[in-house]
Amino acid sequence: MTTLTSQPTAADVARAWTLLDSLTDPEIPVVTLRELGILRDVRAGEAGLEVVITPTYSGCPAMGQIEDDVKGLLQAHGLQGRVVTQLAPAWTTDWMSEAAKDKLRAYGIAPPHACSSAGSGAANVVQFAARGAKPEVVNCPQCGSANTTETSHFGSTACKALYRCLACMEPFDYFKPY
Amino acid sequence: MNAPIDYLLHLADNALILGQRNAEWCGHGPILEEDIALSNNSLDLIGQARMLYQHAAELQGGGATEDTLAYFRDVPDFKNYTLCELPHMPLMSATAQGDRDFAMTIVRNFLYSSLMVLVWDQLQNSKDAQLAAIAAKSLKEVRYHLRHSRDWLVRMGDGTDASHAKAQAALDQLLPYTQEFWASSPHETAALANGTGIDMAALQNDWNQIVDEALQEATLKRPTEGGFVPTGKQGIHSEHLGFVLAEMQSLARAHPQATW
Repeated sequence: MTTLTSQPTAADVARAWTLLDSLTDPEIPVVTLRELGILRDVRAGEAGLEVVITPTYSGCPAMGQIEDDVKGLLQAHGLQGRVVTQLAPAWTTDWMSEAAKDKLRAYGIAPPHACSSAGSGAANVVQFAARGAKPEVVNCPQCGSANTTETSHFGSTACKALYRCLACMEPFDYFKPY
Repeated sequence: MNAPIDYLLHLADNALILGQRNAEWCGHGPILEEDIALSNNSLDLIGQARMLYQHAAELQGGGATEDTLAYFRDVPDFKNYTLCELPHMPLMSATAQGDRDFAMTIVRNFLYSSLMVLVWDQLQNSKDAQLAAIAAKSLKEVRYHLRHSRDWLVRMGDGTDASHAKAQAALDQLLPYTQEFWASSPHETAALANGTGIDMAALQNDWNQIVDEALQEATLKRPTEGGFVPTGKQGIHSEHLGFVLAEMQSLARAHPQATW
């Protein structure tokens, strides 16, 4: 039995990884925190396990829930640990695995395109879609059509935009590149 | 190396006060999508403010927390730009009675986001590692804020006669407040000196370019600047900030130890 003060063993770390691997995002329950790139590391600290997570959007209200979920899961299995929030390197949707993107699509959310924010400052905002210019194509996760249109840059959560498909007429979420 | 606490508070207060202002649209947006957009914008800004307050509180010590910094400081302690605290209604209307003007909201968000894409980009190189990390995240978010506000600015400016007139009136009222961006303050000077801050004056040309390009596309006329330079970042505010704080802080002050 692991106690509060004992240094975790390598076996504890491995067990924690296995447990945490199944932990899903509270808002998008089909993908795991690891697949989303939120769960960064599990390591042995002085006084227990340290689970390193990185926030998605600065104001994402799910972060508190994620921290509670991590602690709860470890505790339920007799492991002591704390959650360490790490800001750098900044989370990016580019860390999302291909498997995760497929799961998002199957769940009805169009997965993010590769992040285009490599440039600095305003560089890639100033060239935002001027009227008449062709915006990036986001395929409908329901029917696959490229004939879609953006309803709003901002959607039901900080990380998503609202789209609708002009072929099957279904509305859908697009996970924005970040 | 740590940034001066007052410098962190200046950045945090900008984000918190504008976040609080934009949140006033929550439940009152002109259309559902804009209600959601402005709430998302607020969520990002308040999230940025929290990270900055947490960092400042840690440096300050003495029991300071993000909550004491947000809820238990008074008007002269706040270091946000005056621009961020102005109400959404035209400035000459009776402030408590006037209708919110969406053009004021959009123009302000545009002017502020145009600045912050440049500021956060530069601050990624701050010698304060935590501030640099916060800047890298905030940059990703403010790009979306700029895209949103610029898009609306062009639509309104190059839209109907009525929308053009509203956008132009908002610009005429708000642009003079941006003069404060370039005025110096003790905490910005200190931050620049120890390598944690940036030279704001050096950003002015880039900012002008972003603004002028958008105004041209929006067929809006840039008003001449000059006159009073606001002093919000030095703690000397307009009459509006007190009302913002009263609403924002009253619950925390009535129940200081409350948790839920």
